Amino acid sequence: MTDFSKLNITSALLGLKNKDFKSVELTEYFINQIDKKDSLNCFITKTFDKAIDMAKRSDEKITKNQELGLLEGIPIGMKDLFCTKDIRTTAGSKILNSFIPFYESTVSKNLWDSGAVLLGKTNMDEFAMGSANTTSFFGNVINPLKSKNNDKDLVPGGSSGGSASSVAAGLCLAATGSDTGGSIRQPASFCGLVGLKPTYGRCSRFGMVAFASSLDQAGPISLTVEDSARMLQSMVSYDSKDSTSSKKKIENFLNYKKYDLKGKKIGVPKEYLIDGLNAEIKKAWDLGISWFKSVGSEIVEVSLPNTDSALPTYYIIAPAEASANLARYDGIRYGFRAEEKSDLTQLYEETRAQGFGKEVKRRLMIGTYVLSAGYYDAYYLKALKVRKLISDDFLKAFKKCDLILTPTTPNVAFPIGEKQTDPIEMYLNDVLTVPASLAGLPAISVSASLNSDSLPIGLQIIGKPFEESSILSAASVIEDSRGF
Amino acid sequence: MEYFIEGKTGNWELVLGLEVHAQISANSKLFSGASTDWGADPNCQVELVDSGMPGALPVINKHCIDQAILTGISLNAEINKKSIFDRKNYFYPDLPQGYQISQFEFPIVGKGHLNIEIDGGKKSIGITRLHLEQDAGKSLHDQDIDNSFIDLNRSGCALMEIVSEPDMSSPQEAAEYVKKLRNILRFIGTCDGNMEKGNLRADVNVSVRKKGDELGTRCEIKNVNSIKFIQQAIEFEAKRQVDLIEKGEKIIQETRLFDPSNFETRSMRSKEESHDYRYFPDPDLPPLVLNEEDIEKLRLKLPELPDQKKSRFIEEFRISAYDAEILVTEKYVADFFEQIVKGRDPKIVISWLTVELFSYLKKKNISLEESKIDPKKISSLIDLIISNKISNRQAKEILDEYLETDVNADTFIEKKGLVQISNESEIEGLVEKVLMENPKMLEQYKSGKEKLFGFFVGQVMKLSNGKANPKMVNETLKRKLSP
Repeated sequence: MTDFSKLNITSALLGLKNKDFKSVELTEYFINQIDKKDSLNCFITKTFDKAIDMAKRSDEKITKNQELGLLEGIPIGMKDLFCTKDIRTTAGSKILNSFIPFYESTVSKNLWDSGAVLLGKTNMDEFAMGSANTTSFFGNVINPLKSKNNDKDLVPGGSSGGSASSVAAGLCLAATGSDTGGSIRQPASFCGLVGLKPTYGRCSRFGMVAFASSLDQAGPISLTVEDSARMLQSMVSYDSKDSTSSKKKIENFLNYKKYDLKGKKIGVPKEYLIDGLNAEIKKAWDLGISWFKSVGSEIVEVSLPNTDSALPTYYIIAPAEASANLARYDGIRYGFRAEEKSDLTQLYEETRAQGFGKEVKRRLMIGTYVLSAGYYDAYYLKALKVRKLISDDFLKAFKKCDLILTPTTPNVAFPIGEKQTDPIEMYLNDVLTVPASLAGLPAISVSASLNSDSLPIGLQIIGKPFEESSILSAASVIEDSRGF
Repeated sequence: MEYFIEGKTGNWELVLGLEVHAQISANSKLFSGASTDWGADPNCQVELVDSGMPGALPVINKHCIDQAILTGISLNAEINKKSIFDRKNYFYPDLPQGYQISQFEFPIVGKGHLNIEIDGGKKSIGITRLHLEQDAGKSLHDQDIDNSFIDLNRSGCALMEIVSEPDMSSPQEAAEYVKKLRNILRFIGTCDGNMEKGNLRADVNVSVRKKGDELGTRCEIKNVNSIKFIQQAIEFEAKRQVDLIEKGEKIIQETRLFDPSNFETRSMRSKEESHDYRYFPDPDLPPLVLNEEDIEKLRLKLPELPDQKKSRFIEEFRISAYDAEILVTEKYVADFFEQIVKGRDPKIVISWLTVELFSYLKKKNISLEESKIDPKKISSLIDLIISNKISNRQAKEILDEYLETDVNADTFIEKKGLVQISNESEIEGLVEKVLMENPKMLEQYKSGKEKLFGFFVGQVMKLSNGKANPKMVNETLKRKLSP
């Protein structure tokens, strides 16, 4: 008997291929686990019947020795930001509480075409706005990991908190996430997983509920680097339905190990040694550096001088785009509509006042403000210019190095309820992930060590545009060196 | 002739600029594959983008871009190699995305001009810019007592907004500008110019000033949808402004609506109330980059424009500038003319087209295009006249009745028994009979009363029931009467 709790995608595929077990059995196991660990609140919508149907179809293919997809029979979680045909899609918001799309996002379609099995739609911060999964209309998600020194429930990170928590808790083999300023990498780091944000344009945004269109990218959250490579391979495609989708040739990410780290230059940006960087995380960073040295990489100091402007820039551009992207939720055509509707203005105001949560409203107000006449130049336009400077910083740095190694977050997972009073404190979670988002670069977070509370610390590797294989390979160096 | 408004304090001149919204002729919308056919059932031509569904993304329809470029070229305008789509943010139920995708700072077409004919002379009107944008849907408030409905079929259709310089100074000039612009768009097939359907509508900017003064404060009259209304709106608005200024009041910059039922404009919203649209580049659409080659290809594809056609008509058919202008005012008329004129005398064709046929259409109050009259119907009639089978007069007499039928001219006159007598001996017989039956008149004529020639012609025609070829009757009579 296979111990399903020990499986990852790669070993599960092998078991399915060897007919050690069926996808239906595997799926039933995870359904059982999801029910058992319901208190983690990982899923907004469970699709168990559909999962069994999909698993049966995969089993049939396997039995008949038909051509199999890259993820044939693998049960996964789908962040509730991806529109799934005939399955409720909420983006974690009351305003979409009853929304059932009649179309499929390109990323989810690609995954079903690869044979993946949908267990359910994972919980998330409302419209992906949050870093702790505490803004969802469907309640907080709880991190399955705990400090060994106390029993407090910890946040899983956000916004892809349900995805990260479900993978870490063994409720699915992998999950999709979306990353606007760190929403894949930060929760992956908090839950001890691998999270990859591809180059902007690599995954289609069609059918993905938009937060900040110029930053949003889909990506995988998984147990291992190899699993991430496999998930990524299935998710990406050029898509004519997304005008920002890249036509660049897609390489075989599963061959990532061909990217040899020996002799490669690993850049360490001095500006990432920020005030407030946890000492244990600094130590993990140093440890990471030593691992790259030991595989023959050369460590070079690089400078990304505009790093300290990245967070304010991000918190102007992302809310600005969101203020327009979320204007469509007006109670007119779909989703939540307030009862009070004596006139049009009241219908709008009440629908949006009742339909959106506090954090979303805060960002919509910021976004509306920075685009307003008289403020546009000082805020939005300036932010666009700084964004360009930040991109240029990376271009310059990549003339001196091949990859950049940094911590993913300044701190490890914190107890639910903390950092709730001052939004800035919450926003600081993204300080190390946001620069790569603004530059549209591929970046991966991989767990490197555990702190004294035995909580995971993630390191981030940032790569050149469309060189996802390079960051996968570098992540595998950490995965191989960390000793757990 | 200079146009001005006579006020109590002297004469005021008008400064007029127009923003024309023209729906692009295209099978699908600006950013979606949904059909643009007119008259479909509500909400049947709607894709994800047009209804603002979550996760929907706009994808540029290349044909609409080409149409905008063609229009730019025909307006002698610069085509911008790089243009940007922006989001124009405002809430309205028929605006599903909560923003309209438009172009703000960097439009696809820059400065150009077009020429209008006014008082027998030419005037050049500057074009400031042309930009692309999505149309909104339609709110229906008159279908139910308690509810309003929304039809998104028009949502996302491609519009060109063509902005003129404030170069016009009379209602007539504004009307000529719109006519000329509409005509050009129809010639090149980028907009059908149908103002009744709202496929072409204008915002009119009006201000007044004393000659030589600085520009006055302007008011914008929104969405005027006929050329007549444009003129009426300008006349009313200019007088209103003059009255206000002369009373010592100030003009408030505002948006106004024209009410055609009582010929007046009224305030819609003032500048203070105007929206802050919070334009910003649409992150879903990369900048639109065009290359010289593609623009040149379109330049070569550009069909003959009204002014070019007019020059060619004058040269090729040796017709007057006046006649040529009438012909090119409508592409349909110009094409109709060209189909008929082949192998026929242009003067006869023009007279039949612009005099006889046009007066028929005027009586029926329809355009040539609407009449659906087949050019062959006119050409077969003209052929009968040229070949002397019927007289010009006969043809005129039967025209109205003939146009109501669906037979060609040969069949029609045969049925009517109208074939002209052009047989020489037959005509000679008729002439001789008339001369014989009117000896007194003949005597008087021979004694010098040559005016009586007309009497003999009339008698011959009467005898032939109007069928005798008048030219031959004339000739035969002359011969017989000559000493």
